[in-house]
Amino acid sequence: MTANATMTRPGAWQPVPVDDRESNLLAVAELALAHGKSIGASAAEASLGNDRGISVTVRNGEVETVEHHRDKSLGVTLYFGQRSGNASTTDFSADAVRACVEAAGRIARYTEEDPFSGLADPDRLARELPDLDLNHPWDVSMEEAIDLAQRCEQAALDSDARISNTEGGSLSSHHGSDLYVNSNGFQGLSRSSRHGYSCSVIAGQGDAMQRDYWYDSRRDRNELVSPEAVGTEAARRTLRRLGARKARTMTCPVIFESSVASSLLSHLVSAISGTSLYRKSSFLVDSLGKQLFPGNIHIHEQPLLRGAAGSASFDNEGVATQTRDIVAGGILEGYLLGSYSARKLGMETTGNAGGVHNLTIDPTMDDGLEELVREVGNGLLVTELIGYGINNVTGDYSRGAFGFLVENGEIAAPVQEMTIAGNLRDMFMGLEAVGADVDTRRNMRTGSILVGKMTVAGE
Amino acid sequence: MSELIQMAQQSLWQPTGLVEQDISRTLGKVMVPGVDYADLYFQYARHESWSLDEGTVKSGSYSIDQGVGVRAVAGEKAGFAYSDEITGQALLDAAGAARSIALGSGSRNAIAVQRNDGLTPLYAPLDPLGTLTEKEKVELLRGAESVARAEDPRVVQVMVSLAGVHDTVLVARSDGVLAADVRPLVRMNVTVIAEQNGRREQGSAGGGGRVAMDWFGEEGRAADYAREAVRQALVNLEAGDAPAGEMTVVLGPGWPGILLHEAIGHGLEGDFNRKGTSAFSGRIGERVASEQCTVVDDATIPNRRGSMTIDDEGEPGQNTVLIENGVLKSYMQDQMNARLMKMKPTGNGRRESYAHLPMPRMTNTYMLAGKHDPGEIIASVDRGLYAVNFGGGQVDITSGKFVFSASEAYRIENGRITQPVKGATLIGNGPDVLTRVSMVGNDLELDTGVGVCGKEGQSVPVGVGQPTLRIDGLTVGGVAVG
Repeated sequence: MTANATMTRPGAWQPVPVDDRESNLLAVAELALAHGKSIGASAAEASLGNDRGISVTVRNGEVETVEHHRDKSLGVTLYFGQRSGNASTTDFSADAVRACVEAAGRIARYTEEDPFSGLADPDRLARELPDLDLNHPWDVSMEEAIDLAQRCEQAALDSDARISNTEGGSLSSHHGSDLYVNSNGFQGLSRSSRHGYSCSVIAGQGDAMQRDYWYDSRRDRNELVSPEAVGTEAARRTLRRLGARKARTMTCPVIFESSVASSLLSHLVSAISGTSLYRKSSFLVDSLGKQLFPGNIHIHEQPLLRGAAGSASFDNEGVATQTRDIVAGGILEGYLLGSYSARKLGMETTGNAGGVHNLTIDPTMDDGLEELVREVGNGLLVTELIGYGINNVTGDYSRGAFGFLVENGEIAAPVQEMTIAGNLRDMFMGLEAVGADVDTRRNMRTGSILVGKMTVAGE
Repeated sequence: MSELIQMAQQSLWQPTGLVEQDISRTLGKVMVPGVDYADLYFQYARHESWSLDEGTVKSGSYSIDQGVGVRAVAGEKAGFAYSDEITGQALLDAAGAARSIALGSGSRNAIAVQRNDGLTPLYAPLDPLGTLTEKEKVELLRGAESVARAEDPRVVQVMVSLAGVHDTVLVARSDGVLAADVRPLVRMNVTVIAEQNGRREQGSAGGGGRVAMDWFGEEGRAADYAREAVRQALVNLEAGDAPAGEMTVVLGPGWPGILLHEAIGHGLEGDFNRKGTSAFSGRIGERVASEQCTVVDDATIPNRRGSMTIDDEGEPGQNTVLIENGVLKSYMQDQMNARLMKMKPTGNGRRESYAHLPMPRMTNTYMLAGKHDPGEIIASVDRGLYAVNFGGGQVDITSGKFVFSASEAYRIENGRITQPVKGATLIGNGPDVLTRVSMVGNDLELDTGVGVCGKEGQSVPVGVGQPTLRIDGLTVGGVAVG
C-alpha cells in the first residue's frame, strides 16, 4: 500500500496453529487494517494483546486479595502519506474496532506532514520467528496459588523472632499472546508467560522498623526458586537493616548490589535511545565510537536468549532484533533505534522500537558481591534506591539510598537516609568491576557493580 | 447528582441494555454468607493526547477504556474480577469469581440500590476533549512552541504536549448506594532545552485541572507555561554544583508541597496504618510537626486536579484535617480500612481504573498558610538551600525515609538568594521532618495541576500545595562536599 513497499509476508510466520483467542486477535487485526485502507490510509499497523492471569496475596497466613485478570487491547496507527494518527481500544466488537480506526484517521488529519514517519522498511522485517521458549502457561488452581503464597510468607515469618509484621506473600501467574501486523504484510504472533513469587516483611518496632522484600519471576514456573527461598531471603534482607543509622557525608567507592545495579543500565538505555538523541535531550548525544566505560567493559544485547525476560525475535514494528554489541572495549558501538528515530538521525533501525532486549553487562571477575566487598575495602554498599533524581540531559545523578558501610573488606553497619550523587558520565567511566552474581530476573542482566567514586550525603 | 447518574447510566448501561435489576441481581450474587461488603465499578473513559516536537505536531492518540470491576470484601480479604464487556453475563461471571474468597455459595435476594442525590458537583460534567476543535488543539501547541522559541535564542528544542480525559464512573454498593461522577481532566506541558557554549539544560512547566481544554488558551496560560519552562532552563545553564550534607532548607510555595505528599501523606493512608506498617502507625493524637503546621487533604476544591465529587467507592469527597497545629488528627480512609479500623471513611478510596482494586489515596494535600513573610524567611538563613521546583519523590513507608528531587534551587548566603545550583535529591525522615519546620510563610499556593501519584502500580492524579517553609536540617544530595 505504501509507495516504497511490496508485499513481503515473511515465510516463517504461523509456527503453530493458533487457538480461538488468537484467531480472534487475527480477525480483529485484519478488520482494523482493512477498515484503515477503506477510509483512505496509505499504510497501517496494529498491535494487539490478550492476557489472562491471577494474583493472590496472603498476609499473616490469611488470604488478603484474590485478583482475576483478563486484559485485551488493540492499538492502531494509520498513515496518510506522511501524516499519522494513533488510537486504541479494549473493545473488540466490530463496531468498536471500526470506531477506533476512524479515530486514528481523525487524529491523522490534523497532525502535520512528517517526512520521517511511516512503517519500518520492509527489508528489515523479521523473516524468521524462532520459538524462544517464552510460553509456559501454568494452570494453577486458586487453592494451590494460595497455598504457595502462604508457604512463601510463612518461611519469612518463621525465620526469626524479630520479624514483627508483614506486608504479605504473593503469587502471580500470567500468560497471553501479542500480535503485530502491518500493511506491508507482516504478521508476528508471540506467546509468553510470566510467573512469580514475592514477599515483604517488617522487623523491629516503632521508629526502628525496617522493611525489605524479595521476589523471583520466570517464564517457566519450573525455573522459579521455591516460595520458601523467596520468603527466607525477604526476611534476611529485612533483618540485616535493623539498627540502620545515617551515614556521614563523604566521597567513597560505591557498590550497587546486583538487584539495584540494573538501574545503571537503564540510565544508559535512556541516554542512547533514539528519541533522546534526536531531541538532544541526552548527555550521550554524538557519543558513538567514544570511550564511555573502562576498556574491559562489554555490554551487549541478546534478544534470542531462550526463556529470558526480554527475549523477542522482532520489535514493536516487526523489525528483526539483533544480537549485537552496545559497548565493546568500553567504546559505545551502537544506539537503540526504531525506524522513526533512525530516519531522524540518518541511520538504520537497530530493532529497538519498544526497547532493548536482554541488555547484558558481562562480569569482569569470577566471583560475586563478597569478593567485590573485599576488593573495595572501605566504601558503601547500596541495596535499595529511591527517587527520580536522574537528569537525562546532563547526566547529573542524585538518589536516595539504603545500604551498608563497607569496612576493612567486610559488610558492616546498615545505613539509611542518605543520598548518592555524581554524574553518569563519570560513573560509567569509573565503573571498576562487575561481579559474577548476575541477576537474571529482568530484561537488564548484571552482577553487582562497583563505581570508584561518588558523593554520599548524610550527616 | 441524579443528573450525573442519568448521564453515567446512559454511557455505561444503555449501550448493552443493562438496567438497575441486573445490578441488584449481581450484588445479590456476590453477597454470599461471609461477604461483608461488595461493590461494582463501571467506567467509560476516553483519552486523547497530542504532542509537538522539533516544530511538528507529529503524533496524536485517542483511546477508549471501558469495563466493570466487581469486588467482594470479607474481613481483611478482597476478591476481585473485572471485565471489559459491560453485559449482564459478564457481571455475573465476575461476581462468581470475586466472591470465591468467601466460603458461602448460592445467591441472596437481589439488593436494591438507591440513588445518592443532593451532592453538588465540584466541576462541570463536560467532555473536555470536545471544547476545542482538532485544529484549535494543534494551534494551541504551536502557539506555546513559538512563545518558547521567541523567548530566547538559546532555546534549541521545544516539546509541548496536551492531554485530556473524559471519565464517567458509576458505583453500586451492597449497602444500596448508587453514585456517579463525570470527571473531566486536562493537562498541558512545555519542556525546553537551552544550549550555551556546548552545555545543555532542560526546563519544564505545565498545568491543568478538571476543566476543558479551552482553559489553556484563557488568561495566557499556555504562553505562561512556555515562558516558565524557558526561564528554568536558562537558570539551570548558570547552575553550579549542589552542596552535599545536612543544612537549612527553604522550600518555595506550591509544587514543593510534594514534601508533604511524600514525607507524611503516604504514611497517613489507612491501609498502612491498619496493618501497622507505617512509621505513623498508632500515633494519632501525638505531636508529629511544629505547632505552625496544619496539613489537610482536600478533595473539595472546585476544578482542581486532585478533586473528586465522589471517590471511587461512591463516598463524597471531603476536606480532612491530617495534622492540626502539629498534632496528628486523622488518617485517610477507604471503605475497607475504615471499617476494619472502626473509623469513618474520608472519601479517599481511589483506583486507577475498573481493572484495579481501590485503596486509600491522597487528593489535594497541602499545608495552610502561616504568619511569616517569605522575604523574612529567606533573610533568616545564614547558609542553606532555597529550592523552588521539583521533579518526583518517593517514600519508604515503614522506615519513613523519603526523597524529593529539586530541579531548580539556589544557595542562600547571609540571608540572600545567591548562586543557582544543579538539581539534587533531598532526603529526610517523615515522622520528624515537620518538627523541624521553624517558619511557615503567609503565601500558600497550590501547584499548577500536574501531579501523578503512584502506589502499588496504580497511578492517580493528585494535587499538592504549601506556603514557603523553613526546615532546620534536611540532607541535600549534591556533589559538593564542605
